[in-house]
Amino acid sequence: MIRRVLPHGLGRGLLTRRPGTRRGGFSLDWDGKVSEIKKKIKSILPGTSCDLLPDTSHLPPEHSDVVIVGGGVLGLSVAYWLKKLESRRGGIRVLVVERDYTYSQASTGLSVGGICQQFSLPENIQLSLFSASFLRNINEYLAVTNAPPLDLQFNPSGYLLLASEKDAAAMESNVKVQKQEGAKVCLMSPDQLRNKFPWISTEGVALASYGMENEGWFDPWCLLQGLRQKVESMGVFFCQGEVTRFVSSSQRMLTTDDEMVILKRIHEVHVKMDHSLEYQPVECSIVINAAGAWSAQIAALAGIGKGPPGTLQGTKLPVEPRKRYVYVWHCPQGPGLETPLVADTSGAYFRREGLGSNYLGGRSPIEEEEPDPENLEVDHDFFQEKVWPHLALRVPAFETLKVQTAWAGYYDYNTFDQNGVVGPHPLVVNMYFATGFSGHGLQQAPGVGRAVAEMILEGSFQTIDLSPFLFNRFYLGEKTQENNTM
Amino acid sequence: MAAPWLSLRLVAPMWNGTRGIHRLGGAVVPEGNQKKERTMLQFLTNHFYDVEALRGYLLQREMSKVHMKNRSFTWLEEQHGPYSAGAFFILKQGGAVKFRDKEWIRPDKYGHFSPEFWNFREVPVEAVDASDCEINYEGLDNLLLLKELQSLSLQRCPHVDDWCLSRLYPLADSLQELSLAGCPRVSERGLACLHHLQNLRRLDISDLPAVSNPGLTQILVEEMLPNCKVVGVDWAEGLKLGPEEQPQDTASPALA
Repeated sequence: MIRRVLPHGLGRGLLTRRPGTRRGGFSLDWDGKVSEIKKKIKSILPGTSCDLLPDTSHLPPEHSDVVIVGGGVLGLSVAYWLKKLESRRGGIRVLVVERDYTYSQASTGLSVGGICQQFSLPENIQLSLFSASFLRNINEYLAVTNAPPLDLQFNPSGYLLLASEKDAAAMESNVKVQKQEGAKVCLMSPDQLRNKFPWISTEGVALASYGMENEGWFDPWCLLQGLRQKVESMGVFFCQGEVTRFVSSSQRMLTTDDEMVILKRIHEVHVKMDHSLEYQPVECSIVINAAGAWSAQIAALAGIGKGPPGTLQGTKLPVEPRKRYVYVWHCPQGPGLETPLVADTSGAYFRREGLGSNYLGGRSPIEEEEPDPENLEVDHDFFQEKVWPHLALRVPAFETLKVQTAWAGYYDYNTFDQNGVVGPHPLVVNMYFATGFSGHGLQQAPGVGRAVAEMILEGSFQTIDLSPFLFNRFYLGEKTQENNTM
Repeated sequence: MAAPWLSLRLVAPMWNGTRGIHRLGGAVVPEGNQKKERTMLQFLTNHFYDVEALRGYLLQREMSKVHMKNRSFTWLEEQHGPYSAGAFFILKQGGAVKFRDKEWIRPDKYGHFSPEFWNFREVPVEAVDASDCEINYEGLDNLLLLKELQSLSLQRCPHVDDWCLSRLYPLADSLQELSLAGCPRVSERGLACLHHLQNLRRLDISDLPAVSNPGLTQILVEEMLPNCKVVGVDWAEGLKLGPEEQPQDTASPALA
């Protein structure tokens, strides 16, 4: 460099001796050294790749207070409420691990998006009422500066449940419980039904319950997007990867009856990246299982269910994926704008979709006809044989219709009693569940998220008491049965 | 929330392991805006914690102001009767009230109104004009005290949305006239739950920006409420004109 600075002729004259030539046995190799220094400076300067530190931006952090397995509406809801209810801002580090960022198989995006309070359990009614008020004030809860307000596309048209002779008494007692909890539901006789909805055929219907307020359907993607945006702005970390291993430690303890119990505590979660063998061990103190249809696999990884059957150690998480079909059809003379989501006595249901005489609906198959949950292929024969006849019976206008499209999605089906599992596991002390809602997870997500966050931060349920949904009931055999599933 | 002026530092790029993975951004924001950062305020909000916190605080204050306006006046019911309680709520919001066989009571430009209505214990309220008032879902608690309301005008109310419309069914026996003109948040989904109001004779749904297809919505609402005159939308608005009927003025926006 010095040579270039000095004028050419002068330089030539002064520095005639070439560098590198020995002079008294002292060698500097100045040329080589300078080029080495130049290379190093170039590599450190921004704009070029630096091999000093490997790139880990795709990996999750090494430590996290809470790891939520599953980034659907339930997982994001728990993350939101954890951040909202923490007593110090930035006090808890939350990591959400989601295997599939396109949400192609997640139950949230494929859901019909309904919300209703017509349940038989008071806890379910309370959860649904809270979710309705959450959705109503969604722009206050999920406000992010600079982001446009969310439009949930909520249709407040209500649910209409039809009951035959043998179910009429159960429906009456359910409606009584619902009214007690504050849901706005009314009972209708077949005559009143025909008066209000002339397109319905009341053959075989003894009683109907109609939700007037806080019931309807909305766009689940919008809720997911809104939660995701808000939760990111609150400082929750996201990672795309799969949980492959839990590293835990066990401790033997004696119960008051002098029985030996092994309590497990999860210390690390191994998160494996997509299409590679690379994994990151995340040290954590609490793990939340919100993996939806695949929750049983995550529970098995933690050792839940490994033991002799009939004991608490041997009780598995009874959640499995069940495939459900949704069909969209066009019927030009179909029911009008005021159509609620109608659930027939046979289990078939339908609702309007948009302004253009399109309807969507389906039916839950009976136990023996459960489709194979291997993939999400749609069986169109199911519509022809099992859904259409019931729809045409109930709404004569549906005798002429044309199916436009269909899709399938998973229910995270609780084979024990079709209600959710919420709260900690008795033996794996730091795994909390928020799964198994068998088709009404979306409508209960805000309430359940808050309940789990309260359980973690305060130690017990504060607002809605979800003790009937704890894991213990699978071992004790106490079913929290819901009579009104679709 | 910690005092915003204490966090005086620039936003460091937040550690987030999802750089590069497509974000589920806001539903309406187009791609280009995220890079453009058109306004100074948006730019400042994205780069300074203080500005973001200040904006968040101001937004919370606006919302709590609306909540305050819509607080419950149902406790007045025991002392003065439901009609006076409901009328007080409307007048306090800036709307006008008409009792049966009496004149319209309106607040003047300072917000003062005559206290004579406190004496009307048994006189029901016939008509309410709540145009441009900040009524929202909670405020309807007070409005629904007026059981024999015949005419309700909610024109240009900024916070009346589909949820509010689903709450109007208790007035089904008496309500004959309803006007929703100019409400920015009412869409066709809210109009669907007006079918409870079977005694409605006049419904005004003009100028609703959130309704996606006004012409088709008008037809569907007319089918839904056969005894009601639905005004405000010309059903031909949504139709494409044939080649011989092209509009002369080619500068007008194409209707489709």
